[in-house]
Amino acid sequence: MNAWCWLFMSAAVIFYILFQGYPILCSIQYSFLDWSGLTSHAKWVGFQNYVELLHDELFWNAFVNSFQYTALIVPLELAVSLFLAYMLNDEKMKGRSLFRTMYFVPVVTTASVVGIIMIFILGVQGPVNHLLLSLHLIRQPINFLGDAKYAMPSLVLISLWKDCGTYMIYWLAGLQGVSKDVYEAATVDGANRRQTFFHIVLPLIAPIGGIIAILCIINSLKVFDIVKTMTEGGPFYATDVIATYVYRSAFSSEIGMPRLGYASAAALLFGFTVIVIGTVLNIIKGKLAKHAI
Amino acid sequence: MNRDKTIRNVKKFFDCFLLLIIGLVWVYPFFWMVSASFKSQPEFFENRLGLIPKKPTLANVVRIWQKANFSTYFVNTVIVTVFAVVIVLLMTMLAGYAMGRYNFWGKKLIMGIFLGSIVIPLVSTIIPTYEVVKQMHLIGTKTGLVLAQAGGAHVIFLLLFTSFFQSVPKELEEAAKMDGCNYFRTFLNIMMPLSKPIATTVVIMETIWTWNAFMLPLVLTLNNPASRTLAVGLYAFKGENTVDWTGIAAGGTIAVIPIIILFIVLQRYFVEGIAGAVKS
Repeated sequence: MNAWCWLFMSAAVIFYILFQGYPILCSIQYSFLDWSGLTSHAKWVGFQNYVELLHDELFWNAFVNSFQYTALIVPLELAVSLFLAYMLNDEKMKGRSLFRTMYFVPVVTTASVVGIIMIFILGVQGPVNHLLLSLHLIRQPINFLGDAKYAMPSLVLISLWKDCGTYMIYWLAGLQGVSKDVYEAATVDGANRRQTFFHIVLPLIAPIGGIIAILCIINSLKVFDIVKTMTEGGPFYATDVIATYVYRSAFSSEIGMPRLGYASAAALLFGFTVIVIGTVLNIIKGKLAKHAI
Repeated sequence: MNRDKTIRNVKKFFDCFLLLIIGLVWVYPFFWMVSASFKSQPEFFENRLGLIPKKPTLANVVRIWQKANFSTYFVNTVIVTVFAVVIVLLMTMLAGYAMGRYNFWGKKLIMGIFLGSIVIPLVSTIIPTYEVVKQMHLIGTKTGLVLAQAGGAHVIFLLLFTSFFQSVPKELEEAAKMDGCNYFRTFLNIMMPLSKPIATTVVIMETIWTWNAFMLPLVLTLNNPASRTLAVGLYAFKGENTVDWTGIAAGGTIAVIPIIILFIVLQRYFVEGIAGAVKS
């Protein structure tokens, strides 16, 4: 029986080892090398890459940006998607499935395509500036992605729009677990919609909310596609996140020879941080859940 | 009573109206892109907000398709998606069956390892993945792309299949055993057909993810433009033709229309899959 089971597992295990397990181990090895990846010539340098990283301002800039991006987007994303889910959680509502589809279109749209198209939509000549100008809300077009002040907020808003549908579905799954009696009881007691939501529904969906928040945090820390295509990390590294930083160090020639070893060290250091955060959040969530019961 | 009802109806109408406005804002960029791909270059800059081209033209789509290699990118994307989806479906189904129905040696450990990999960012494994594909001499090939794309743990799909196979009643299995079915036959004749709804969900989700993938195809096709997928091809096109915005819009339209149509037709499965992921 064991043999059959492992035979069934084999494909999944082999693919996992080849493209996840082994690469992780390799990353650790690479991070101790001075290696361009272009030749087989690699020099063992011990912890030198890590020491250099600690003093690399661009690395810390990207590191901080990743967390800043996450800190900005997670509360917004959770709130907006919960709002939409709560509004849509009425089975008798007309056009419910149409709305759901509309909010979901950005989710299934290729992120890199979104990034590229947004360059124009948010551009100086694009529709957004055109609209703001014709409404006399601004006097001069704003260079949303080219101005360091606006680049990060623009990125956050675009990501919010792009991923909101996913989190809305997560919340809807949670809201479906709240029985109808609860709403009826609240109405009988004379609670209005806002009271019902904050005092009754929100505490009930808090546990699933914890899971959704963790997923949102982890996904936000991993962000790459949309940053790479929309801002390339610019202007002047204002939106440079870890993924774009690692990509630049490892695969791009714009800063001289690629440095696979150094980039691996950066990726590992960051990956390790994400794992620690994920674990800590999970423990906190577990503790809170116990507390609630 | 009547007044209450009127108030409630007004409120409901207001809700619907608000949701509709948000929805229109949500889909505007998509329609803007599709419309821009049918505008002429001068009209594109004149009619910036409008969604209906005054003189629709196919020139952009034709130009992109024929001269900018988008026909190749399209075929590449279809090939990579189809093969990656088949591999992922088979391996998660088989593994989910083993984990859902049997207690075997090492099951808990392997489950833990798979689950743990949810937090590992792709960026931490992308460099060695590149090297693995290079060692296989598959850099810049579609085969390499398919394999790397199918790699990883696919935790959501594993969980979906595992919990599904767990829920199948034992009687079915015993009946099959009485009929003389072995482990493999039971799976093939009974379990596999039963899991069709889950399989559909997995196929659709993986299709959308592979089709939209960017980082892996970008890195793995760096030195071979002929293997680019649509997502990467459009990015490269933009790098080379920064001013051809109608062309870029046409490329974007070609890249996303198939997946949007697939989603709209089969969205039930996709939405259920996502909801199932967070529940389990």
